[in-house]
Amino acid sequence: MTPRRPVDTGDPDRLYTVTGGRSRADDDSFDLVTLVVSECEPTAGMQSEHVRILELCRHPSAVVEIAAELKLPITVVRILLGDLLAMGRITARHPRAADSVASMPDSALLKEVLHGLRNL
Amino acid sequence: MDSAISEPPSRTPLSDTAETGLKIVVVGGFGVGKTTLVRSVSEIRPLNTEEVMTQAGVGVDETSEVTGKTTTTVAFDFGRISLNERVVLYLFGAPGQERFWFLWDRLFSGTLGAVVLVDTRRMDDSWYAIDRLEHHKTPFLVAVNRFDDDPFTHSLDEIRQALALPDHVPLIDCDARVRSSGKDVLITLVDHLYELAMAQEMTP
Ligand SMILES: Nc1nc2c(ncn2[C@@H]2O[C@H](COP(=O)(O)OP(=O)(O)O)[C@@H](O)[C@H]2O)c(=O)[nH]1
Ligand SMILES: [Mg+2]
Repeated sequence: MTPRRPVDTGDPDRLYTVTGGRSRADDDSFDLVTLVVSECEPTAGMQSEHVRILELCRHPSAVVEIAAELKLPITVVRILLGDLLAMGRITARHPRAADSVASMPDSALLKEVLHGLRNL
Repeated sequence: MDSAISEPPSRTPLSDTAETGLKIVVVGGFGVGKTTLVRSVSEIRPLNTEEVMTQAGVGVDETSEVTGKTTTTVAFDFGRISLNERVVLYLFGAPGQERFWFLWDRLFSGTLGAVVLVDTRRMDDSWYAIDRLEHHKTPFLVAVNRFDDDPFTHSLDEIRQALALPDHVPLIDCDARVRSSGKDVLITLVDHLYELAMAQEMTP
């Protein structure tokens, strides 16, 4: 088996600056598909990443979409979102079916998914 | 239409009523057609993002020589399907190589299920993914992306044997470039998930 080795890590200094020196989110409260919604407009003097998030999330946006638009790693976006949530500037709509890998979503939800897919 | 020629529009906002995000992961070796499949069914052009992860030597199987921390960047792409005004399905194209699997819990926990894409010319690329999905008890199906220049035309039965795939795991053919085929893959997977959920709800 091929041993693991580190891959190119991009520019850590930039990430360090964006998050004010933190490298971990305080909690894992933002799933990849948690939908984030702005609760206010950006204000003068706000950090530019916060401004962009508030603009993007005028309509619901998943955490991954925010990360892709801002071209920042998920981890960094989680930290930024944690800040905004703590300040009451966003709300988060968490996924229903994300408790654990092995937990099954209920059949009613799956039926809804099937129906949606068949109507595509 | 049923062609891969029309590019979906760039990111359009979700409906303001969207409240539940769901995940399905497409996993497979490099070049097997993950991005192609995501693109063929997505309502947005696939977007790319990455996760930077620090491993402190945990979750690293069989490599005891790993000490200290290593930082790994894993890129993946995703597309989106609004299923109705409330529910939106995200499809992730994720690398299936061994060194990426420490990501699984962190990134893809809570996923509805997985599609393992297989190219019969490089079947062993999918072995590891299948092992890990079984280990994680993530329900999955195997979709054989048939390439035109495939010199072998293995039957699904032969492929099931080669992959040592239990009977209960759905195995189907697909053409990742074709929207209706990609849609069938998703429907077959969710049908399977629905059966599993029904069976579980029946057992007290
Ligand atoms: N002939 C043929 N080519 C395909 C098919 N699916 C994907 N490809 C091509 O194979 C290449 C790799 O596909 P891609 O989706 O990028 O693979 P990924 O690495 O798994 O994301 C691309 O050039 C695709 O156009 C298929 O079903 N038939
Ligand atoms: Mg790809």
